[in-house]
Amino acid sequence: MKLILSEEQQFLKDTAQSFARDKTPVTHFRKLRDSENAQCWDGTIWKEMVELGWSGILVPEKFGGSDFGMAGISVIMQELGKTLTPSPILSTSVLGVSSINMLGSDKQKDDYLPKIVAGELTTALAIDEGNHHDPFAIETNAIIDGDHWILNGKKVFVVDGASADIILLVARTSGKSGESNGISVFAASKDTTGLNITKISTADSRNYANIEISDLKLEQSALLGEQDLAGETLEKILDLGRIAISAEMLGNTEEAFEVTVNYLKERKQFGVQIGSFQALQHRAAKMFCEIELTKSAVIAAMHAADENSNELERLSSLAKFQAGETLHLVSNEAIQMHGGIGVTDEYDIGFYLKRARVAEQIFGTSEFHQARYADISGF
Amino acid sequence: MNDLTAFREEVRDWLEENCPPSMRTPMVPEEEVWGGRNAEYVNPESKLWLDRMGEKGWTAPNIPKEYGGGGLDREQTKVLHQELFRINARQPLNSFGIWMLAPCIIEFGSEEQKLEHIPKIIKGEIRWCQGYSEPGSGSDLASLSTKAEDIGDHYLVNGQKVWTSYADKADWIFALVRTGPKEPKHNGISFLLIDMATEGVSTKPITLISGKSPFCETFFDNVKAPKENLVGVENSGWTIAKKLLQHERNFISNFGLAGGGTGSGADIVNIAKKYLGEVNGQIANLTHRENITLHKMKEHAFGLTLQRSGDEGAKASAASSMFKYYGTEHNKDRYELMIAAMGNKGLGWTNEGFSDDEQAITKAWLRTKANSIEGGTSEVQLNVISRRVLDLPN
Repeated sequence: MKLILSEEQQFLKDTAQSFARDKTPVTHFRKLRDSENAQCWDGTIWKEMVELGWSGILVPEKFGGSDFGMAGISVIMQELGKTLTPSPILSTSVLGVSSINMLGSDKQKDDYLPKIVAGELTTALAIDEGNHHDPFAIETNAIIDGDHWILNGKKVFVVDGASADIILLVARTSGKSGESNGISVFAASKDTTGLNITKISTADSRNYANIEISDLKLEQSALLGEQDLAGETLEKILDLGRIAISAEMLGNTEEAFEVTVNYLKERKQFGVQIGSFQALQHRAAKMFCEIELTKSAVIAAMHAADENSNELERLSSLAKFQAGETLHLVSNEAIQMHGGIGVTDEYDIGFYLKRARVAEQIFGTSEFHQARYADISGF
Repeated sequence: MNDLTAFREEVRDWLEENCPPSMRTPMVPEEEVWGGRNAEYVNPESKLWLDRMGEKGWTAPNIPKEYGGGGLDREQTKVLHQELFRINARQPLNSFGIWMLAPCIIEFGSEEQKLEHIPKIIKGEIRWCQGYSEPGSGSDLASLSTKAEDIGDHYLVNGQKVWTSYADKADWIFALVRTGPKEPKHNGISFLLIDMATEGVSTKPITLISGKSPFCETFFDNVKAPKENLVGVENSGWTIAKKLLQHERNFISNFGLAGGGTGSGADIVNIAKKYLGEVNGQIANLTHRENITLHKMKEHAFGLTLQRSGDEGAKASAASSMFKYYGTEHNKDRYELMIAAMGNKGLGWTNEGFSDDEQAITKAWLRTKANSIEGGTSEVQLNVISRRVLDLPN
């Protein structure tokens, strides 16, 4: 496994970079935040991404996608992360596509994947139920009633849950909370009776929802794949999500760092550029090192996913941990090094801090992944 | 069959025939080979292995054949390393000559110097040491004051070097000397090669906080050095010095990886399980386990970064400062965690109450403190990153 990009992957990255710079600079996010747009992303922009083929990067060719793999979608997310571009790419093109493709039957793939590729459907993966990410702590239950499934429970902090057309519900069909066995995934249309979706308002002004599920009645065909057996595959789907958001967080970090270093070169105090002060230089140099480590962890994880490496779990946790720690550090230092203007709403750097803390929570914090890494490694 | 596959077979056959059996067993410290006029070989097969590898030029695979090197390209060198690794072959020669000096002579030296010095380095016939630091010139290396006066056909050298590794065992020294006392400090330095057997050269070993060390003080008292031993142009030695430091940093940065650099080779997780106990196969104390996990994760990401740098084919540059900084700080951290995990067993000095392995870890802990000082301090590395990578103002 070489830790570099192929020509095609580099091309995708360059395309995404121009797209983010030209169509969705940070002013685009600011405008959305200040608007009444409840879904927090711009449908026209998403349509342009769909036209570039980004919705189908993980979709096999026979369902209309390009099958470009995790490296392909990760480099796009990294570039979108630089300008804080909101879109349903994580919830739909990574999590939705992977769930349907890895769990679903051929018929289900045929029903959903071409529509996702065409931009006609967006999805959200509803998994967490508590204050912290804990993928097998599932109490939402599904029981068979005649030829239907009946689901009851709740989901919280569902990424893009407030706009998705299809909610992918992780539910327990047997066993008890904490067990990997007995987990099943169901696809439900957002307006099905019994599904009560409430948008929540978060610091990063993006799209999340809490979902109340009460006597939700679903056809048998709503079950993705086999009953009780989704647990292991779900871990892999989550790993792909973790890698993708790590790439986005790397992009957040790179941009926040670059803006900050530029500020150190411009801002003058005591008659000199503040970047000439060693107290700031050394902190900047240390951040540079952590960013380099993050790049390596992310690229190793995305290639591991594409090569079906048995190191995927460890590398995915390493990537999310390292991306989280580095973004945490850089988003804090960026504010401090900007001084007074760093804490004003008028200046963009604060957006990176707010996005950082939310992204750190998604699919497991650094603490979660540190514990997981230790367990996998046998420490 | 492509060329590289054919080369791999050739290497494999040659190694099969030429690598002696005992050279395929793990290295023991007293059998390490550094070469030189006064080398002693505890194991005669070490000498045989060195001679055979040296004859092939494979102790320095990427140096051109005309100077005694292997003349291999990047891919072939990789194949050679893989094949050596495959049979657990020992390093035939440790050499500051190969790691640091030879690349600089190739880049800056005269044709005569290349033909005179490089083949002897590669065959392990001459052992080199590095004369850079002085008592008054540590991080501010360019302030060095060992002077070399031009007195016709030779230089007259007077002054003192410090931290000269293995000066007491080396045959020659590559030294930075001041040839332009009136020039601005960076512009009055020259890169001079001096035979340690010359009259007026003397050395004295230095004891460290960790005990015995390979470091020495080196004294020059009216030492005559022929002019043909000047590398490059007089007063332009600083350029060579900086280049050589990059080679040194690249070498030291491997310290950050377990098993690399100064250390006892002990694995921190095994140590922790042994001294803190295990519960269900896990390090019993959760706080220690957490600290060690953090350390191992950083090590994993750092190792991937070294790999990525290799894959990108990045040349020695400011990146070497990052590796030197991160790798040495990480190595220090490893030994702090190690002795912490060992409790009072991590504090032994002699064998009264402590095993050999325990003492080795305590000594290694103390020795690692020098890692972030030697070869340019961590603070200097951070300065280099700030100025050269981030382009922050002076």
